[in-house]
Amino acid sequence: MTKMKKWYFLIFVLPTLAAFAIGFIYPFFQGIYLSFCKFITTSNATFVGFNNYVTALQDDSFKYAFWFTVMFVVVSVILINVLAFAIAYVLTLGIKGSNVFRTVFFMPNLIGGIVLGFIWQQIFDGILKYYGTSIVLNETFGFWGLVILMCWQQAGYMMIIYIAGFQSIPNHLYEAAKIDGATKSKILTKITIPMMAPSITICTFLTLTNSFKLFDQNLALTNGAPIDFSTGVAIKKTQMLALDIYNTFYANNNYRGVGQAKAVIFFIVVAGIALIQLYFTRKREVQQ
Amino acid sequence: MRRLSKILAFGMAACMAATAFVGCGSTTNSSSDAPAASGDASKGKVYYLNFKPEQDKQWQELAKAYTEETGTEVKVFTAAEGQYEQTLTAEMDKADAPTLFQVNGPVGYANWKDFCYDLAGSDFSKELKSDEFALKDGDKIPGIAYVIETYGIIYNKTLLDKYFGSDFATIKKIEDLNSFTALKTVAEEIQKNKDALGVDGAFTSAGMDGSSDWRFKTHLANMPIYYEYKDKGISQTDAIEGTYLENYKNIWDLYINNSTCDKTELASKTGADAETEFKTGKAVFYQNGTWAYGNVKDDGKAGLKDDEFGMLPIYIGAKGEEKQGLCTGSENYWCVNSKASADDIAATLKFMHWCVTSDKATTALAEDMGFVIPFKSAKAATNPLVTIADQYVSDGTVSVSWNFSSIPSEDWKNGVGAALTQYAAGTSEWDAVKAAFVDGWKIEYAKAHQG
Repeated sequence: MTKMKKWYFLIFVLPTLAAFAIGFIYPFFQGIYLSFCKFITTSNATFVGFNNYVTALQDDSFKYAFWFTVMFVVVSVILINVLAFAIAYVLTLGIKGSNVFRTVFFMPNLIGGIVLGFIWQQIFDGILKYYGTSIVLNETFGFWGLVILMCWQQAGYMMIIYIAGFQSIPNHLYEAAKIDGATKSKILTKITIPMMAPSITICTFLTLTNSFKLFDQNLALTNGAPIDFSTGVAIKKTQMLALDIYNTFYANNNYRGVGQAKAVIFFIVVAGIALIQLYFTRKREVQQ
Repeated sequence: MRRLSKILAFGMAACMAATAFVGCGSTTNSSSDAPAASGDASKGKVYYLNFKPEQDKQWQELAKAYTEETGTEVKVFTAAEGQYEQTLTAEMDKADAPTLFQVNGPVGYANWKDFCYDLAGSDFSKELKSDEFALKDGDKIPGIAYVIETYGIIYNKTLLDKYFGSDFATIKKIEDLNSFTALKTVAEEIQKNKDALGVDGAFTSAGMDGSSDWRFKTHLANMPIYYEYKDKGISQTDAIEGTYLENYKNIWDLYINNSTCDKTELASKTGADAETEFKTGKAVFYQNGTWAYGNVKDDGKAGLKDDEFGMLPIYIGAKGEEKQGLCTGSENYWCVNSKASADDIAATLKFMHWCVTSDKATTALAEDMGFVIPFKSAKAATNPLVTIADQYVSDGTVSVSWNFSSIPSEDWKNGVGAALTQYAAGTSEWDAVKAAFVDGWKIEYAKAHQG
């Protein structure tokens, strides 16, 4: 009987494991395989070796999209986290109506990216119209439009994580600091932020990967416009990596393998950066 | 604990191996090409992946009627607007792949070549009025156009007559409106006197939002492509020269400078905006096609009555354009999936045959869907724009063919569209359109044909 029990976990874990294998592991490895193939439908692929990777890495629009994405990630990770941290800080001070504010700030997160993209396109264009321009005509507007949109959507979610972090800091630490005569800024930098390190780790991780993988909002807000033709190759000036991959995949049936190769490169980059970030922010965490 | 994780690892490995094998199985099963057409239609079923969202309901009804009549199961699934290629790619990978799908012409066919069943000699292809509606590849007929459409500059007759009757009008009757110069004169005079005529502009807004930009990056772009092909006597090319780009610029300038809104606003104007402007009589001209009738006709509140519709060829100032007709063609070719089972192929061919021969189906296609179908038993459509298009043909004008099916890729269109938008807003020069049009063609053609 006791021996039987040891095997029970297999039955319990099987549904999830099977779902994970079918929904993730298998497509993941097939995706890697397809990046070495020329194909239209996945069941009709012919192996072509590293050709797709060569084409992908020589693609100017891919390179441009990479640097555009990096720039976007840096700006949005900083802004979202600072904003979310500040809101969370204010909303844990015990002011009246905190719960209402929390709900309101969290709400944008419940709206889908495509819808948000179109809503904000209307808002931006409604204003830019008076200046005779549009979000799809100017890459600077496009960039900051995306940043504003992401801040608006993500800050609320990160705020919830930060609030949980704030609430888990034991009160006696603050009391002890006050008795020792610590100023407010000292308390923030020496107690609050170190104690919040786990929340910062998770929030940075989430914003970093979310910003890197951004697709829906990019597609709906600018769809890569404007396009620069001056170099002889059409470069979509506000196209991020995920959108570039999508467009490569579907714009030309000959390029599905190239899109797939780009996706694999994309995965390696995102995973690499995320792991490095986790390593460094983890080091700063303190044990209570 | 240690043992537990060992078991877990083993379990996972087993699971992975199992799914990997499942994967292998599915990748090898569909390599057989062109099965014999000797299937039993009564045993097969039909799965139609429909391209036109606006006719989804009518197709569903038709499928139901066919099932009731013959007992053959017909499934109709419609891809979302602009998502056909994506949907087709996904569906084709499934075990129950579409048996009937469509390609947009030679370029689309090149992509799906391996999936197109040869329709030559089938009962269905024998129903065609003329060979020109068949997509040919040597002796093979991989696709057949099932709907013929026409576009041009639709105009509001009441408003245009009001202009003809005004003092400021240089051109007094429709017969004289037969060249780009005349069109330019009329448009500019309407624009100048828009208050007197009670309109907001001569043309509806040339919106460059995704819901409307195809009217210009594809349909209008067909004009310079058509004339260049005509001069050279070709029907496709690996490098376009752009010999008629100046004309393209002229007509585009005319559209954006004489419309209901400032040209800097065009980037965000939608298809619905233009539709509303035309429907409510705020603009005289509206570049669109026969399919637009349903959306701008009189619905009791607003819209044009059937006798208020008129249509002009898109004049761009090419030589001999007095004889130029409307743009007529198709980018909807039916193809049968050659990888489907013989029974399903037989059932699909039978369904297609029924669609273009039976009284019920031809009536539905003509009246409910408003299609002009190029088959012998076609019924006349009730759409007045179609009647106008037919009139042009019987008047002896030369129809402009649809050459945009030879455009190398979607990205080419997107590039031209973005360049037109930026030019209209003044953020880039016409050179950008030229680069997108000429250089873009070469690049996209090379991409589509390598390897």
